[in-house]
Amino acid sequence: MNNRKDDQLAPEIVQHDVEALHAFHVDRRDFMKLFGGGLVVCLCTNEALSQESRRRNTQDLPDDIASWLHIDEDGRVTVYTGKVELGQNIRTSLALQVAEELQVPIEAITMVMADTALVPWDAGTFGSRTTPTMAPQLRKAAVAARETLLAMAAQRWSVQPAVLAVASGKVTNPRTQDAISYGELTRGQKMVKVIGENDLTPAAQWKVAGKSIPKVNGTDFVTGKHLYPSDIERPGLLHGKVLRPTGINAKLESLDTRDAEKIPGVKIVRDGDIVGVVAPQPWTAERAIEALHARWDVPQQPANKDLFEYLRKNADAGDEDKAAASAVEKALASADTKLQQTYTVQYIAHVPLEPRAAVAEWNGDQLTVWTGSQRPFSIREELLGAFHISPDKVRVIIPDTGSAYGGKHTGDAAVEAARLAKAAGKPVRLVWTREEEFTWAYVRPAGVIDVRSGATKDGKIMAWDFHNYNSGPAAISTPYTVAHQNIQFHRSRSPLRQGSYRALAATANAFARESHMDEFAHALGIDPLQFRLKNLDDPRLRAVFEAAAEKFGWGKQKPTPLRGFGIAGAIEKGGRVATCAEIEIDPATRAVRIRRVVEAFDCGAIVNPDGVRNQIAGAVVQAIGGALFEAVRFENGRILNADLSTYRVPRFSDMPEIEVVVLDLKDKPSAGAGETPILGLAPAVANAIFSATGLRLRALPLVPDGLPKATQKTS
Amino acid sequence: MSALVLIINGEERRIDVPPDENLLSVLRNELKLTGTKYGCGEGQCGACTVLIDGKPVRSCTTAVSGVIGKKITTIEGLAQNGRLHPVQEAFLRQEAFQCGYCTPGMILSAVGLLSENADPSEADIIRYMNMNICRCGSYARIVTAVRSAAQAMRKGVRS
Repeated sequence: MNNRKDDQLAPEIVQHDVEALHAFHVDRRDFMKLFGGGLVVCLCTNEALSQESRRRNTQDLPDDIASWLHIDEDGRVTVYTGKVELGQNIRTSLALQVAEELQVPIEAITMVMADTALVPWDAGTFGSRTTPTMAPQLRKAAVAARETLLAMAAQRWSVQPAVLAVASGKVTNPRTQDAISYGELTRGQKMVKVIGENDLTPAAQWKVAGKSIPKVNGTDFVTGKHLYPSDIERPGLLHGKVLRPTGINAKLESLDTRDAEKIPGVKIVRDGDIVGVVAPQPWTAERAIEALHARWDVPQQPANKDLFEYLRKNADAGDEDKAAASAVEKALASADTKLQQTYTVQYIAHVPLEPRAAVAEWNGDQLTVWTGSQRPFSIREELLGAFHISPDKVRVIIPDTGSAYGGKHTGDAAVEAARLAKAAGKPVRLVWTREEEFTWAYVRPAGVIDVRSGATKDGKIMAWDFHNYNSGPAAISTPYTVAHQNIQFHRSRSPLRQGSYRALAATANAFARESHMDEFAHALGIDPLQFRLKNLDDPRLRAVFEAAAEKFGWGKQKPTPLRGFGIAGAIEKGGRVATCAEIEIDPATRAVRIRRVVEAFDCGAIVNPDGVRNQIAGAVVQAIGGALFEAVRFENGRILNADLSTYRVPRFSDMPEIEVVVLDLKDKPSAGAGETPILGLAPAVANAIFSATGLRLRALPLVPDGLPKATQKTS
Repeated sequence: MSALVLIINGEERRIDVPPDENLLSVLRNELKLTGTKYGCGEGQCGACTVLIDGKPVRSCTTAVSGVIGKKITTIEGLAQNGRLHPVQEAFLRQEAFQCGYCTPGMILSAVGLLSENADPSEADIIRYMNMNICRCGSYARIVTAVRSAAQAMRKGVRS
C-alpha cells in the first residue's frame, strides 16, 4: 500500500479537476420505488436531455444525471448529492440555496449526502467545487420542481402559471387568495421529471439565500449526538488493527504470530500486504498487535536535509515552451533591475482531528463501509478493485466527517476495515491512531521554487521566470500583467507519500510569488502595495488589496525592529484574496508572533455570510501553522515528529486578532471559500518579518525555532 | 478482569474491563458514549475531555481504576431535562465550530473553566483552553462563546 503514491495521487497533485459524469443506470420504475410517491426532479445536461427525447425506451433515465431532489406528499424536500460535509458547512449552504429556489423554509429540506447507494455519482468534495458547481445543479433541479408545481396548480385552477406565485412551501394565486401546499399538489403523484439547464434566480433577487443562517444540524454537534465515521456502531462489531512497518517502503522479512494467537478472542488476518488483527475490544486488538513479532527491512531513504536537492535532482524538464523561455531571457537581459531567488516549502500534515476511520460490514457478498473521506465514489472504486466485485455490491456511506483539509481522498482505512471484516465474518471498526495518521496518510507536497524576474526602473515587471519543483501547479500563473513569462511545474519523485491539501500548491506558489514581489518592491524602493497595484490589471484583485489595506491602515505605521507589517494577495479558484499581517518579535526569545491579520476576500455572490466568515478566519488560523512552524521531519523512512507534542499545530495562544472583509459581488458567480483564503498569510507574514528585521526568510515554515539571531538590515 | 463501577452522568455503570484501560476507550467502546472523541491519545488535543468531579480531565490518559467512585460527566450528560447547558447554547449561537469534532472537549473544558472563574478575561480563556485544539481554526468564536456563556451564567445566578 505504500508504493502507489505516484500513480494514485498524481491527478490530485496536478490539478483538482472534476471529471466527466459517470454512468448511473437506473430505471424510472425502480427510481420511484425508492421514493414512494411525490415528485422527483432529475437534472442532466442539455445534451443528455436531447438524447433522452430520442430514446426508445423512456423507462430508463439518462446516464449522466448530476443531482436530484424529491418532494413528498407531506411537502418535505429531500435533496441528494454526492458531496461530503467536512466542516465547510455545505449541508447548510446547499440546503439554503434549494430553499431559495423552492421558497420553502430550510427546515423542510433534508440533505442526503455522500451515500453511494442513494446519490448520483460525484468526483468528490475538493477543489472548492461545491459552491460553483453542485449548488447551481441543485438550484436548477429546484427551479424545475418549482415550475412543475406552478404548472400543476395552474392546471388545477385553470389559470396561466404566470399569474401564480410561490411562498413558504405553497403555490398561491394573489388574485383569488387561493393557496395550495406542495405536499397537496404532489399527493397521489408518481412523477419523475428529467430536466436540462434552466435559469436561476439572480443573487440580487435572493430572499432566503445570501443571509446568515445557523448550521442546520448544529445542536447535534454541541450535544455529542452526531455520529462521525469513527462513532458508527454495528451489531456484533469487532475492533481491528493493522500491523505497521517500522519504516516507509519497508518489506516484511519475518512474522511470528504465536504469542498473539494465544490471546483469547483474537483473530490474526493476513491478506495480501495487510497483516492485521481483530478482537472484541480495542484494547485486546492493541495487545495482539504488540504481540506480533515482525522483522522489517527498511531501505535507506532521504531526510529533510537532503530534500530540496533530491527534489531538484529527480525533477523532469517540464513542458518547456522554448519560445517563451527565450523571450523571457531577452527581456531579462534588457531589464533595468533583475532579481533571482529560490523559495522552499517543507512537507506538512493535515492533522484532521478525527483520524482516518472505517466500519465495514459484509452481508454475504454485499459490502457496506462507513468511512471519513472526501470521495465516496472513488473509495467505492478502491473497494471494487480490492475485492473484484461489481459496483452494486458495494455501498460507501460518508457520515459528516471530523474534517479533512484535502487529506482524506484515499480509502486506506476503508480497504483495511473491509479486509479485516471479510476475514472475521463480522463488522469491523478500524480507527487510525494519531501516529498512524502522521506516518501512513499523505502529506502536502514539499517543493523548491526558482524565480527570476526583471523590471523597468519605474517598476513595471517585464520578465517572469518561475519554476516549481514538485509542490504542484495550482495558482502557478501570476495574476500580475507581465509581458514575458515562462512558468513551469516540474514533477519530481517525492520521498514521502504526498497528495492534496487545502488549496494544494497555491500556497507554495503564492508564497514564492508574493515574497518575490515584496523583494522587488524593496529593491526598487517602492511601497509593496503600490508596486503590486502598478503591475495589476485584475479589478477584483485590486479591490481586495485596497479593501484589506484600508481596513489595516497600510502605510500608517512605521515598522520597528520588533514590529513589522506585510501584505500579499492571490487569485485562485475564482476567488480573490488579500492579506495584511502585523508581526511582533519577542526581544528575549526571538519568537515571532502574529498580532493582527486583516483579510479581504471576494468569492462572488455570497451564499451564507456567516459561514464564509467562519471559513476565512479558520483558513487564516490553519495557515499560521504552515507559515511559522509546521514541518514533517523525516529520516530513513521514519517520521520523527509523528505526534502532537512534537508536531506543533496552531493553538489558541497563536491566534492573532483577525478581521475579515467580505466583498459580496452579487453579479459574479459564487466561488468556493474553503481554500483560497489560506493563501495570503504566509507571504504576508514573511514580508512583515522582513519589514521589521531586514531578514528575508524564503523557506516555509519561516521560524520553526524562532527568528535567527543575525537580523541586521540587508536593504 | 473484575467488574468496576463508574458513576457516569449521574448513573452507576458496571463494566468488565482491565482496570488500567483508558477511560476514553471504555466510554466509547464499552458504554457507547461516543460524544467523547479520540484525537491524539497523548493528552495534547483535548478532544477526549470529560469532567471528573467537575474538573476537565483528558480521558485518553486516565486509567478507569483512577476514577472509580468519582463523578464523571461526558458531553451526553451536560444538558439537563432536555435543556442545553449555557455553554452549549453559546457554542450553538456563536457557531463556534466547523466540523464539530473538537466541540465536546471544548465545551467541557469551558464548563471547567467557568466553574473556577465566573468572569474569565480573553487571556484567561486562552491560557485555560490552550491544550484544546480546533484544527478548523474557530478559536476566536470559541473565546466569544465562552465569554457570552459566562455572562449568561452570571445573570442566571443573580436572577
